[in-house]
Amino acid sequence: MGSARYIVQRLIYGLILMIGVVVLNFFLIHAAPGDAAEVIAGEMGGITEEMMAQIRARYGLDQPIIVQLWTYLSQILTGDLGMSYHFNRPVTELILQRLGPTILLALSAQIFAMIIGTVLGVLASRKPNGPLSGFVAVFSTVGYAAPVFWTGLMLVILFAVVIPIFPVEGMVSARFRGTGWAYAMNVLWHLVLPAATLGILFLAQYARLSRASMIEVLGADYIRTARAKGLGEGRVTFHHALRNAVLPILTVAGIQFGNLISGALLVETVFNWPGMGRLAFDSVLRRDYPTLLGVLFFASAVVVIANLLTDLSYRYADPRIRTGGR
Amino acid sequence: MTTQAISPLREAWMQFLRNKPAVFGLVLLSAIILTILYGRFIFSGDPYQIVWAPLSPPGERGYLFGTDFLGRDILTGILKGGAPTLAVGVSAAVLTVVIGIVMGALAGYFGGWMDDLLMRITEFFQVLPALLFAMVLVTLFSPSLYTISFAIGIVSWPPTARLTRAEFLRIRELEYVTAARSIGAGNARIIFKVILPNALPPLIVSAALTVGVAILFEAGLSFLGLGDPNTVSWGLMIGQNRNFLLEAWWPVAIPGLAIFVTVFAVSLVGDGLNDAFNPKLRSR
Repeated sequence: MGSARYIVQRLIYGLILMIGVVVLNFFLIHAAPGDAAEVIAGEMGGITEEMMAQIRARYGLDQPIIVQLWTYLSQILTGDLGMSYHFNRPVTELILQRLGPTILLALSAQIFAMIIGTVLGVLASRKPNGPLSGFVAVFSTVGYAAPVFWTGLMLVILFAVVIPIFPVEGMVSARFRGTGWAYAMNVLWHLVLPAATLGILFLAQYARLSRASMIEVLGADYIRTARAKGLGEGRVTFHHALRNAVLPILTVAGIQFGNLISGALLVETVFNWPGMGRLAFDSVLRRDYPTLLGVLFFASAVVVIANLLTDLSYRYADPRIRTGGR
Repeated sequence: MTTQAISPLREAWMQFLRNKPAVFGLVLLSAIILTILYGRFIFSGDPYQIVWAPLSPPGERGYLFGTDFLGRDILTGILKGGAPTLAVGVSAAVLTVVIGIVMGALAGYFGGWMDDLLMRITEFFQVLPALLFAMVLVTLFSPSLYTISFAIGIVSWPPTARLTRAEFLRIRELEYVTAARSIGAGNARIIFKVILPNALPPLIVSAALTVGVAILFEAGLSFLGLGDPNTVSWGLMIGQNRNFLLEAWWPVAIPGLAIFVTVFAVSLVGDGLNDAFNPKLRSR
């Protein structure tokens, strides 16, 4: 199967998944208790009859359900996710502003966790019963058990009160007016704690996984051959073994992306990071359903795209997939 | 259960008892459950009652864990807040495992179009960010212990389904399944009486870990203000006190510690079960 054809196939599949999300959103609105127009309007209070009539007309709520689904679907596919009644602005515009910060946070955390986790795991794999292996085992259980929002709050105490070197709130300093390089550095400064909080959650998993995968690979015949050729331990570990041990890590990275977005939601709430999670939290408090469902739509799209990219990088990393079938 | 099925289980149990962290986890978890179940009889207080000045530090005036932002006793909150957290955790895990096993068993056993269809549905659910989807469900259907358990179950079954499917795909090719079919056993009998008991060990491990995930989930939702409004829970305590974090750390730190210790105990037990059922992995 050619690469181009494969990519097109994955794209179409991704599009079908997104239509699925839209259909799900539609049925959620209709399954929720109460009139669909009330659900869309949210429990704002003070909604006039006129506004309700507007919503009914806009979403065609007097039409048969299948027509309504079609109207909803075609509206969303043209990028119209409705109006946020709290912010009084189009949902799409609101979310597009918040998309960047969320992706920045999620990707930084992912890269941080993958690099540190893999290095820890590889070093631990050299001595499967050594102290570093023990540390990885304990750390992965501890990292799994601590609620991510709580870890974040504990870091806030540590860095706001005990050693105040990192900012604990927002994405840029309140009265910061710089641009370009200075702006980027300011954002980076604010990114450290949220990204570390989110990264810690996944770091341990990558360490555990890469350790197990390396131990398996290091026992293979071609590693013995490489050693017999007289190659140094560093070259064997990082050049020969890691290349083969990296596939399971990539797979998990892809699967984790949904969890990463879920974690980002909590972390954004803790650190007041102006992303989609923070927006979702605010919409929950205000019962702003169009915004909440819009965030669900966009967050799912991010996961679909991340999965697509993982698929492609997987094909790149494993030549066997490129040439053969499964 | 037949006598043949008991001996590997007993063997696994013996293996479990030799694993020190796992036994420690089991003792810790039992202690937590007993405290939550019986603590309220020994220590009968109202978690909503204002007892002393707000945000007074642990130990002051005999309040072991101090008071929260309204002046309510944190120890009482911890004792009363554990029950809903654990109840939601366990019932959501049961729902997760039931949905996961049904979907995975049907997909793995029947294969063909059924497998394709169910796996596409599973992939679809894996695309939705779990916590966000649960937030939407709970917001739309208004928060209660039932809707929260339901929402957590609905969003977390895909990994269990994949695991069950893999086990069924492996086991359905084995000779004793062919043997059962040749003596005329029907599909339902083969699925539930022949394959499922043999697929159980990895599923038990995954169920144990699912309880931990579900507890964290409930804590996250409560922290975001989406818990049952009629009960105290550990996550809710953190969410309510976080605005006063810089003045007082204990109303946030202590409930979080309770969640952490509980999930830690659950995962030690889960890891212990994993090692007990997979002797091959023990050397790792």
